[in-house]
Amino acid sequence: MLLLILKRIGLGLITLFIVSLITFVGVEVLPGDACTTYLEREAYGSALDACIKRLGLDVPAYERYLDWASNVVRGDFGYSLSGEMPINEVLGPRVKNSLVLASVSILIGIPLAIVLGIITALWRDKLPDIMISTITIFSMTIPEFISATLLILIVAIWLGWLPGIVIIPSDATFYELLSNIILPVVAISMIMTAHMARMVRSSVIQVMASDYVQMAILKGVPYWKMVFRHVLPNALLPAINVVALTIAWLLGGVVVTEVVFNYPGLGRLVIESISNRDLPVVQALAIILASIYVGINLIADLMTLMLNPRLKSLQIRK
Amino acid sequence: MQSNLISEDKQKNKLEKTFEILKTMASKPSGLIGLTIVLFHVVLALISPYIAPYDYKAISPNTMLLAPSAEHWFGTDSLGRDVFTRTILGGRTALTVTFFGSLIALLWGGLLGIFCGLVGGKIDDVVMRVVDAFLSIPWILAMLLIVSLLGTSTEVLIPALGFFYGKGIVRVARAATHDVIAKDFIVSARARGHSNMSIIWNEIIPNVRDAILVEGAMRWSWMLLGFSSLSFLGFGVSPPTPDWGLMISNARGLMSFAYWSVIAPIVGLSSLIIGINLTADAFAKALGIDRSTKAPV
Repeated sequence: MLLLILKRIGLGLITLFIVSLITFVGVEVLPGDACTTYLEREAYGSALDACIKRLGLDVPAYERYLDWASNVVRGDFGYSLSGEMPINEVLGPRVKNSLVLASVSILIGIPLAIVLGIITALWRDKLPDIMISTITIFSMTIPEFISATLLILIVAIWLGWLPGIVIIPSDATFYELLSNIILPVVAISMIMTAHMARMVRSSVIQVMASDYVQMAILKGVPYWKMVFRHVLPNALLPAINVVALTIAWLLGGVVVTEVVFNYPGLGRLVIESISNRDLPVVQALAIILASIYVGINLIADLMTLMLNPRLKSLQIRK
Repeated sequence: MQSNLISEDKQKNKLEKTFEILKTMASKPSGLIGLTIVLFHVVLALISPYIAPYDYKAISPNTMLLAPSAEHWFGTDSLGRDVFTRTILGGRTALTVTFFGSLIALLWGGLLGIFCGLVGGKIDDVVMRVVDAFLSIPWILAMLLIVSLLGTSTEVLIPALGFFYGKGIVRVARAATHDVIAKDFIVSARARGHSNMSIIWNEIIPNVRDAILVEGAMRWSWMLLGFSSLSFLGFGVSPPTPDWGLMISNARGLMSFAYWSVIAPIVGLSSLIIGINLTADAFAKALGIDRSTKAPV
């Protein structure tokens, strides 16, 4: 078991190493380095030389990679180009804001998804299922920027209930944030809930058709006891992985939602750093977002392993 | 997926099979709706340059932000351009980019996946690690980086989208190949002395095609979502190209008093994405592949 966990962690680290290589090589290979893209038309003569010297672009690429990578491992992402601030200081408040947005959406989304998934599965092809399933298909297929725009149009402009965009400084307090994030949270959890509810639905349906549930029915186990005792524990286990993937999507994919609502999180930082051609920040973001993705998947894998004894022995034999 | 039986009139069989699949897809209301929407959009995209009532890039200060009327069915935008014209032409942009993008994604993803599934071993391990690494970089970050460094022409966007949405297909194609490769008919083809190329072409591709096509249909709708998100963020096609994402982002600031210029592209894009999704779902069901357990990655 310990060996397996170590192996998974090792694989995750290898993936992160490759990600760091890809982003580094990508930035190297694509035309224009940090200096020429940042200085744009002034990229000649002494200004260019000074910039190259300052960023150390005159040393060979592999040396710079090693240098950068060893700093990243120690938690230092270097300096951003545009603000000339340590990237860690730029990232700090953004990470906090994104975490608030993500955790509120998750806290609302997961329980709601489980309830909706169970309802749609138990009343399969009946009115509740048809209604909820139609809504989930709509909310998971329509792009974030459309549902967010519609939310602003209807709730903020036509009804005038809530502010349409978030206007808070990037170092706002938790309470200030909370009052501003209702609409972004609704926009995000709509998509997330829809995906998870569909997953829970098909999982419950699958388990309901299994032999041991049929057996329980034949044995005369009361319906709701059967649902809670026999169906749900088995049906929700495979959902953990999907929840993990959804959360990983949430952390990277909220870019558009954050832009629409002007929310000062990691997602908007992605757009800002790319618009400013701030390549060091872009590299840092790629590593951070990839680490989150890998980390969450790792946790989900381990959770599934620990909760499912069958899978555990299977994996070890393999 | 069952193995295709080789029959004498293969061509006729293929046509019949396609027709059969379409019939199964249309037999459920959701499939029928999806097919109808997609067909509608495709036809509209084909004929839109001929039926567009105005010039999509004609700017006129006299017709700024007009409400919908008999002359301008969907009103006009902040530069006085006809929203109806731009909406129907926007579908053409979206479908062209995502169609060729999906084609590229299917081709490279499918072939690399089959190759990996076939050779296995070290090469397979290395390729899958790299694919995994690519999967863990948020697509939007990678796309934005490429587009901001290489420019936002369609010649850059189509291959870039094709590349990024192909990596998921690699996994599906590889898994499907693994399922097929141990079957008896492959073994017997080997025993008959067929070359690797012939085995790939005649035995493996017909058997993994369904899974790859279903995955491709799904990727198509995600690519459309990704492409319009890029346009919305200002990193997609450049103005004045009529494009839904771009139209929504331009009209968004004025929607408190000119909501019509944001509603038309929203309806266009949402209906196309829903249509493709319903079609992909029906397609998967008609081929007997369950896609409801997929996560949004």
